[in-house]
Amino acid sequence: MRSRRLVLLFLAAFLALAVGLMLGSVATGPAGVIRAFSDPTSTENTILFSLRLPRVLLAFAVGAGLAVTGTALQALVRNPLADPYLLGLSGGAGLGAVLAIALVAAGAWTVPLAAWVGAMVSVALVYRLATVAGHRLDPRILLLAGVVVSAFTGAVMAAVLTLVPSPALRNAFLWLLGGFGAASWQSLIVFSAYAIIPAALLVVGARNLDLLSLGEEPAQYLGADVERVKQVVYFSSSLLAAAAVAVSGVVGFVGLVVPHAMRRVVGPMHRALIPAVALTGGGFLVLADGVARTIASPLELPVGVVTAVIGVPLFALLLKRSVR
Amino acid sequence: MILEARGLTVRYPGASRVALDQVTLGVGAGELVALVGPNGCGKTTLMRALLGILPAETGETFIDGRAPAAWKRGDLARFLGVVAQREEIWVPLTVEETVMLGRYPRLGALAPITAEDRAEVRRALERCDVWELRDRLVETLSGGEWQRVRVARALAQQPRALVLDEPATALDIRHEMEVMELVATLVKDGLACLLITHHLNLAARYAHRMALLDKGRLIASGTPATVMRAETLSQVFGWPVEVQDWNGAPQLIPLRSPDP
Repeated sequence: MRSRRLVLLFLAAFLALAVGLMLGSVATGPAGVIRAFSDPTSTENTILFSLRLPRVLLAFAVGAGLAVTGTALQALVRNPLADPYLLGLSGGAGLGAVLAIALVAAGAWTVPLAAWVGAMVSVALVYRLATVAGHRLDPRILLLAGVVVSAFTGAVMAAVLTLVPSPALRNAFLWLLGGFGAASWQSLIVFSAYAIIPAALLVVGARNLDLLSLGEEPAQYLGADVERVKQVVYFSSSLLAAAAVAVSGVVGFVGLVVPHAMRRVVGPMHRALIPAVALTGGGFLVLADGVARTIASPLELPVGVVTAVIGVPLFALLLKRSVR
Repeated sequence: MILEARGLTVRYPGASRVALDQVTLGVGAGELVALVGPNGCGKTTLMRALLGILPAETGETFIDGRAPAAWKRGDLARFLGVVAQREEIWVPLTVEETVMLGRYPRLGALAPITAEDRAEVRRALERCDVWELRDRLVETLSGGEWQRVRVARALAQQPRALVLDEPATALDIRHEMEVMELVATLVKDGLACLLITHHLNLAARYAHRMALLDKGRLIASGTPATVMRAETLSQVFGWPVEVQDWNGAPQLIPLRSPDP
């Protein structure tokens, strides 16, 4: 039954990709998609292959990455309310981006790179705080440290915004709300090549994530090298989420809601859960990006706005159900 | 010896008093050793130190002749099953999934679950009388059912040694006796078993040897007859008790307070 559900999720994800390809300021029906594939000189071919396909694929990859990250972090801190930005990562990324725009200049790769650096600095800071008691990573302190570092980066960001008035900073804010407007084959390849190792580590560690759900001591008795597992999960997740932020800004709620929902569909065992959240998170973000592109066309909404508008009520619903 | 502590002293960080003081204890194959003592006397500390979860200040511990640190975690989990006192699951796992976790030490990171794994899980569930509950979510189980599921998970590891930290707590008489009988059978089959328990009377009937801890020190150890002495027990537990023989096993009867 579980494998049948995974097949259904796979088909749904494929459908989402197909729909994503058809959406845009120039709507392309199924016929247009077919023409794009059959006639290399058509306008549809240009729109689809150089603009939409990389964008749709990047949205899928980022959505899958965020959902897998959320799943792994929820297992790490044993809390269903954890999400990829819990580690103070979004705040660090935001600060990095704002600093880059305020102090340097907004080149094509400056902002993503600065965001990535900012994210990793806050990840390191949070890790340092969470390991103050001995050398062990304490997941409870991890949550707290994430909140503290976020507050700090938020304050510094506010200071920078006050001291350096620049219209470019509005773009930084919009960028932070997430979007795939800058997607290209290049960004897709960079993201995928970079994401493959942390994602693979989390897939290989799926059974350890199952064991962690029992608590650290029982997990140890069942063969998990708990300290190493926690570190691998923490750093793999951070690298993955930082990359996602760098290519698409802070897209919220995918990493929070999707794992929670999928546990109800395929159960909590990570060997099934990880592929399920990857497919669903990817498909969900493709559709959200489709909505972001078309709903106020020719203007484009930040995709983070769309995921939040869909995600908040969904989350409230799940929360209500899980609290009972 | 399968499990062994020699002169083991443990101190929690920052504590002035040691939690364990020069404790020596061994459990051989086919032997059931019951570790007893008042709340907070160091029973669980001894278990953790023995298994290498807590560092020893002085003294040594061995599992099958090797220091715990010399074991790979996975190898150790194939050798030794542990039912710890506390465990909280936050995800909705079924009984069968929970017991399947006991197969993980024998599965690689990516190897699929085989028919043999399923058969072994079924065997463990049946031995602990929880096969009928296999599709239930563990959060819906009673305390006793949950304990039996955890023992089943330890059995699914197919271990050569078992460490049980109060496995019969919250069990009614039938299930308590069933767990004890199951443990006795496993021990007869050659398993080494360290049982931490508050049920001195059951320990005296089932265990080959008993070890009595008080404030981190080993007060008495040996056959049940040598450990179950009224004077010692009254002093250690701070309550007057009498010990009577019942079918060859010393049994403890706590006395009522002399004051009305």
